[in-house]
Amino acid sequence: MIEVEQLSKTYGPIKAIEDVSFVVEKGEILGFLGPNGAGKTTTMRILTCFMPPTSGTARVAGYDIFNESLQVRRRLGYVPENAPLYTDMPVVSFLKFAAEVKGLSRRERLRQIGQVMDDCGIKDVQHRYIGKLSKGYRQRVALAQALLGNPDVLILDEPTIGLDPRQIIDIRQLIKGLAGQKTVILSTHILPEVSMTCQRVIIINRGRLVAVDTPENLTTKLQTSSRLLVRVEGPATEVVRALGVVSGVQTVKEDGGGPGQVVTCIIESKKDRDVRKDVAAAVVHQNWGLLELRPVDLTLEDVFVRLVTEEKESTA
Amino acid sequence: MSSFWPIFKRELRAYFVSPIAYVVMVMFLTIAGYFFYSSFAFFNFIGFQAMSNPMMARNLNVTEGVLRPLYGNLGVVLLFIMPLLTMRLFAEEKKQGTIELLLTYPVRDLAAVLAKFAACLAVYTVMLALTAVYPVLLIIFAQPEVGPILAGYLGLFLLGAAFIALGALASSLTENQIVAAAISFGFLLFFWVIGWSSQFAGSGIGGLLSHLSLLEHFDSFPKGIIDTKDVIFYLNFLVFCLFLTLRSLESHRWRG
Repeated sequence: MIEVEQLSKTYGPIKAIEDVSFVVEKGEILGFLGPNGAGKTTTMRILTCFMPPTSGTARVAGYDIFNESLQVRRRLGYVPENAPLYTDMPVVSFLKFAAEVKGLSRRERLRQIGQVMDDCGIKDVQHRYIGKLSKGYRQRVALAQALLGNPDVLILDEPTIGLDPRQIIDIRQLIKGLAGQKTVILSTHILPEVSMTCQRVIIINRGRLVAVDTPENLTTKLQTSSRLLVRVEGPATEVVRALGVVSGVQTVKEDGGGPGQVVTCIIESKKDRDVRKDVAAAVVHQNWGLLELRPVDLTLEDVFVRLVTEEKESTA
Repeated sequence: MSSFWPIFKRELRAYFVSPIAYVVMVMFLTIAGYFFYSSFAFFNFIGFQAMSNPMMARNLNVTEGVLRPLYGNLGVVLLFIMPLLTMRLFAEEKKQGTIELLLTYPVRDLAAVLAKFAACLAVYTVMLALTAVYPVLLIIFAQPEVGPILAGYLGLFLLGAAFIALGALASSLTENQIVAAAISFGFLLFFWVIGWSSQFAGSGIGGLLSHLSLLEHFDSFPKGIIDTKDVIFYLNFLVFCLFLTLRSLESHRWRG
């Protein structure tokens, strides 16, 4: 549905994105992840034909974003960052305007406006001026206008920013409900959001693609070792030494102490080797108190941080 | 061009939802009313004098004496007031970020530019139509010639349209409305006074300078002369400005 090939965009001397290529299948929800200023918004703006790339091409629904921009825009719903809207209009007038601009017939307009207002839960504010609405409602109005015209592709730049937790869940449900019928690209820096709503994740940093995969694959792929957190009551240096010689343990890292004689360690071992029993035995053998012992999973957050910092080290 | 109408309606609505259109109209009409009163009072004064001087009375003409100076003054007032109407056209959308929404809708840039221009022109036309009370008053109490009145209005319409096109261009250059107003006011003023130096600039350049002057071309309309040279000048000016506006919008896309 969306094919991006070696997209680059430079603003003067600044390279916003460089050589970005990816493909999004029809009906897929793709998460776009990256720290601030990584090039998420730039990529989205290029895909929505707001601005052309410096080099590279992209096709949306089979149409070239540069040469067939109007065709692309007809098949696209876009929620820009911070949901800019015409604040001097009531919600329903604005949606009518959006529907007219998108070329819907009068009958379709009425039907679809009712539909999207229901979907986004803005029916009860439909006669209020957009300028008077709270951030959460504005965000939903922005989503509603994007859904008008039943576009094949939705591009959402941080769609859940500024919403309260309940609204976030609603919007996520709504986006998830679109899976299969619509192709969605959503950018965010809220990591759990990605693992909850997206089938695939793209991590972008400093304008370059760092990783493209499913959230599960990303976490397992990067998990080269399994990690344990151990909290022991005993002398720190000796504990570290003793744990280091347990068979199967690769590294032991002290991770801060605690009140009194308590020491916390992160133990890394081979991926498929369970060393918990041996670690427990070693601690008990020395007559130290074993206060805590639990596996630490690599979260998407760790993956993200790891990828982003790795990138930094390699470029530095 | 199907997207022209919704944008046109939205723009027109924006003028009347905010106080801009009302404030500008009230100011314009107040000043126009004052000019009408003063030129009428002056004509009245001359009229009394003419009672004792039949030679003078023969040259008295209510169209020439009241409406022509009125139209001339309105042209100058427009120069001050029009930037206030045009400054928001693109600058506001850029500031609020809604330009991103508008330009990612299936809308041709040309349709957006024309719709915005037309909406502002519509507000101006309403404003201009409201000044018709003055010639109507004259028609009730005197016998002015209708031809020059209509020609004068055509002239004001073309002049205003040219001003709006320049204002739209200025507005597309910046995201700050004050800057947009300052640019368009400066250029309008410049295109007005550029004709003044024609008197000492020598025949070649002087002719060119006076030909460039926006108000110079307006002069003949209230006399009842519709010269194609003047009409074409305004249309040229207008098309050129709108063309540049379109380019400026495109370059905004390129630069991001």
